[in-house]
Amino acid sequence: MQKNLFFPDGIGFHSYAAVGGCEEGRGPVGRGFDLIDDTDRFGAGTWEKAESEICRLSLNLALKKGKIDAGQISILAAGDLENQCVASAYGLAPFNIPYLGLYGACSTLTEGLIAVSCHLAAAGGDEGLFGAVVTSSHNAAAERQFRTPLEYGAQRTPSAQWTATAGGAFLLRPSHGKARITAVMPGRIRDGEVTDGANMGAAMAPAAADSILSYFEKCGENPEDYDLILTGDLGRVGSDLLREILDEKYAGKKHALSDRHDDCGLNLYDFDLQDVHAGGSGCGCSAAVLAAKFLPAVERGEIRRMLLLSTGALMSPSSIQQKLPILGIAPLVRIEYRA
Amino acid sequence: MFTKILYTFLIGGGICLIGQLLIDLTKLTPARILVGVVSLGVLLGALGLYEPLFDFCGAGVSVPLLGFGGNIAKGVREAVDEQGALGILTGPFTAAAAGCSAALIFGYLAALIFRGGRKTA
Amino acid sequence: MEQNDNSQKDILFSVRRENYAERVKRHTPPSALAPDCLKAFLIGGGISALGELLAFLYRSLSVREEQVYPLVTVTLIFLSALLTGIGVYDRIARHAGAGTLIPVTGFANAVVSPAIDTKSEGPIVGVGAKIFTVAGPVILYATLAGAIYGAIYFLIGIFA
Repeated sequence: MQKNLFFPDGIGFHSYAAVGGCEEGRGPVGRGFDLIDDTDRFGAGTWEKAESEICRLSLNLALKKGKIDAGQISILAAGDLENQCVASAYGLAPFNIPYLGLYGACSTLTEGLIAVSCHLAAAGGDEGLFGAVVTSSHNAAAERQFRTPLEYGAQRTPSAQWTATAGGAFLLRPSHGKARITAVMPGRIRDGEVTDGANMGAAMAPAAADSILSYFEKCGENPEDYDLILTGDLGRVGSDLLREILDEKYAGKKHALSDRHDDCGLNLYDFDLQDVHAGGSGCGCSAAVLAAKFLPAVERGEIRRMLLLSTGALMSPSSIQQKLPILGIAPLVRIEYRA
Repeated sequence: MFTKILYTFLIGGGICLIGQLLIDLTKLTPARILVGVVSLGVLLGALGLYEPLFDFCGAGVSVPLLGFGGNIAKGVREAVDEQGALGILTGPFTAAAAGCSAALIFGYLAALIFRGGRKTA
Repeated sequence: MEQNDNSQKDILFSVRRENYAERVKRHTPPSALAPDCLKAFLIGGGISALGELLAFLYRSLSVREEQVYPLVTVTLIFLSALLTGIGVYDRIARHAGAGTLIPVTGFANAVVSPAIDTKSEGPIVGVGAKIFTVAGPVILYATLAGAIYGAIYFLIGIFA
């Protein structure tokens, strides 16, 4: 049975940082990043190591910005898109923090926020506790693993998405800070019977719709109670589908949801200047956009209440080749402004 | 010379246009289309249609992978004529040898020389 | 709580009932057919015409006629390997689609790109093993089709 958990005092964002590559730096939220590497290599010899560097650098920056030491953190949850999540493991091993390696595809950010805030609440929820969440993705590492060699001349369809070269690190601290996680709800795996690996947005939209509807139903709340409902990487196709499904469910108060919905994948790149098809995707997409754009807005009080649902497409190259449907998942986190 | 190049352009372009229609309008992946084009080349060669086409527009059919298939058909026929049943096995590889070896060797050299870069949006 | 769960199931069923596949189809933008085809035609035709131009060049250098077109093929493969190596081929291909896929340059790109890409896994299990990952099907089915034709041709030769 699906349950949402509430944290009355909230689990606050103590500090956070976003790291990105060249295309991400050129995009509309580029200035919100703490570090941009125009070569996408981050000084590493392989793309996989570059992704590990993204993890390491983003956590380092978040620690520096929060003025705390890695030794103060009691739990670190992290995940990425590489096989067996090695990017996070190699990048974060040097910090020596108790570690949970997570796989939720691109939904790993909210999956991690849920895991860490539950841990902090269960540990007593006092202000001296710290937890961290790091997620990352690298365009080149993902292309190599999931699609074709980087130099291979492939034409992509308009529904395809662009895996972000980006990462974000978030330090969580109970009852502290202006932006706080006040409720969480794990998502359920949803099958929209989409088998096209170049249409992930469509595969994930049913999961996002399911999580949002089920959350509102359990809380007795409405989209009107929120300033923003932010999904992770549905892109153009998935966002259109989600808005249509939810607007139908909330017919009568039409557009209540579509007015409030935004998607990290639609924020990361400039569609006029960058050929990213249906938008950004990847574990790093929602993390970087949250850290570079939306969390600062919450801290300024411009966004008072928001829902964040990182969306994940659960599949592998083998499952796609075997024509299995792409499963979707969308864990949900509520973030509120506290003065 | 110019008319032949024009024919080459039109026919080579036309074959690619048909391939593009297959990409955009069907669910065929590029790999499947390539396999189809090569096999079609073998079929055309087997039916004796490839060579007249080749005489007419040269690179127009030999540059698209049709030529790879057409050459294989021709090579197999010659190998079977010379060696009998053994030609069934030696023919295809012999006919494809220049193209395959060139691609492999240049591929290996490229891997030695070039590092590979990120994709640009 | 039980009630909640039933209504949640309903969300899933309703997605099916409303025929989600139809919905997806409606929202998924189609490829830009006319520009795609035009670019494929122009670039594919251009590569073929370049091949013919090279053929004239080789003939003028008094290369023997039966070697002219194999040399053209090898030259185009070389050019494609070079453009792939400097990262230009995939940028052209993004626009050209079938125009760079179907010419022999596309075959070369399919061999060269995994070779460069898997350098990080070493010369044996990386480059050596993965060099065929994209072009393998072409080589297999071309050989198979050739052998089938050879077998038929051989049998016809015996019985005819």
